[in-house]
Amino acid sequence: MRNVLIYSEDTSLAVEILTAGKKVGVVKAVCINDEEQAALLAEKGVEVYAIQQNDLVMADSGAVANILQQVAAQLHCPVILISSNRRGKLLAGRLAQKINAGCLTGINNLRVDDGKIICERNVLGGAVIAEQIITREAQVLAVLPKSFPAAEKADGGSIHAIGVSGTATGITLLSTLPKRGDAVDISAAETLFVVGQGIESQDDLLAIEAIAKAVNGEVACTKPVATDRKWFSEDRIIGISGKSCKPTLAVLLGVSGQVQFYAGIREAKTIVTINFNENAPIMSMADYLLNADLNEVVPALKDILA
Amino acid sequence: MNIIVAMKQVPDLEQIRIKDKKPVMDNVLWTFGSLDKNALEAAVELKEVAGGKIIVLSVGNEELEDTVKEALAAGGDEAYLLADEEFAKLDSAQTAVVIAECIKKIDDVGIILFGEGSGDNYSGQMAGRVAEILGTPIIGYAKSLKLNDSTVTAVSSLEDREEIIEANAPVVISVVADINEVRIPAVTQILKAGKKPKEVLEADDVQIQIPKAAIETLSSLAPENNRKRIAVKDTAELVAALKSENLI
Repeated sequence: MRNVLIYSEDTSLAVEILTAGKKVGVVKAVCINDEEQAALLAEKGVEVYAIQQNDLVMADSGAVANILQQVAAQLHCPVILISSNRRGKLLAGRLAQKINAGCLTGINNLRVDDGKIICERNVLGGAVIAEQIITREAQVLAVLPKSFPAAEKADGGSIHAIGVSGTATGITLLSTLPKRGDAVDISAAETLFVVGQGIESQDDLLAIEAIAKAVNGEVACTKPVATDRKWFSEDRIIGISGKSCKPTLAVLLGVSGQVQFYAGIREAKTIVTINFNENAPIMSMADYLLNADLNEVVPALKDILA
Repeated sequence: MNIIVAMKQVPDLEQIRIKDKKPVMDNVLWTFGSLDKNALEAAVELKEVAGGKIIVLSVGNEELEDTVKEALAAGGDEAYLLADEEFAKLDSAQTAVVIAECIKKIDDVGIILFGEGSGDNYSGQMAGRVAEILGTPIIGYAKSLKLNDSTVTAVSSLEDREEIIEANAPVVISVVADINEVRIPAVTQILKAGKKPKEVLEADDVQIQIPKAAIETLSSLAPENNRKRIAVKDTAELVAALKSENLI
């Protein structure tokens, strides 16, 4: 069995990557400036290496990559699993280049076959799912959030110190701010109402929010609704460049169904589409189809549900 | 100082059709990814302070000279293109080497901009790889940028927070879609674009040691569509159906 090093600055993702790592080999974890994370991973049965570097700037991905390079070399880990969130992806390329590794990000699933780690990920904007392997010994694999369940508690964990030297690459952190606007996590919602460009007026959002609230759901959107119309923050975008969501119910309102969007909702249990255009691609990609005018459906839904 | 915008030539995803679970790429038009266009727009704003030129750098197939026209119309001053089927096939690890080696050949480069991910595969590893080869700092996921002399101050947008960070040029920066609204070039800009300088190189023209491929694709297939596709006639029928499945 090969050794696998796991790392994420975000503890909720580190425990998911641990599950992924166990499929691939013998997991060792590195925690940087986070004693709580080290303790939690040790409770899950992992050999944890805790590093304290007080002058390290976590936003300096070059410096973090440098630390991971040293740890992976000392612990003989050719495979490094990290999170495919923003921080993780920034780190992925830098680290891969540093250790002459092949790198795949946005991994949805992985399995080992004949010693090869086969990674599944969306390509061509999500139109197709590719199975890919890295042909170099050194591998950096970035796993998408919520692709694996959090690891359960297990015996046999331990925490160790390990010596590394830091090398800053010239990033200064001036301040950190909480995100403005709403800090909703649409990927955690069981029910989602998704606003597409077929919703013509921003005034309709009040009704849609009322409907969502009435059934304990959240409101999400397609990319142009956030980036072009600015009706929502980018936190609510579903798709390959937004969030991947797996709700029990997704109700798509005026969504045409471009592949870049659909890749982020494909795993929903039930998909409902309401669209005025009966020829929209989404009309063949849902469980329930209602071909109707949203100007009439939204108030009707509100009357019945809210 | 000059600003490089590295842009990836990608197929127009809306034109891709699926046949027998495989993507059909014949006659699909090529374009640049939308996030790359945000990076170019950011360069136009930075140029007012930076002076210098905006150089669009791209590695792609033989149609790249055509693809780059819209970028030159949208604010690029020059293009540095590696247009060859041999280049178009390279993976991220290989392309990063080609891009970094090209940047080394360009004078007075202060800022190197990327979109946070490409329009097709959205891997987001190129900026980090190039920064590592060039030995520069990297600012990721910028949603705003300010340049003061040679210092860049950025708001870096993470999932749950924003970080205000600073780095000195030369620096690699990746941008998010939120950073700006990409303007559509005017007809006069489109006409002028054809006359802007382009350096177009083929595989034989460049002396770059390209490493072996790092990725092998075993299969690439459209996912199954097992949706029920039940048409309902009105809102009431829809609500009744969802209630019967305990979905609402």
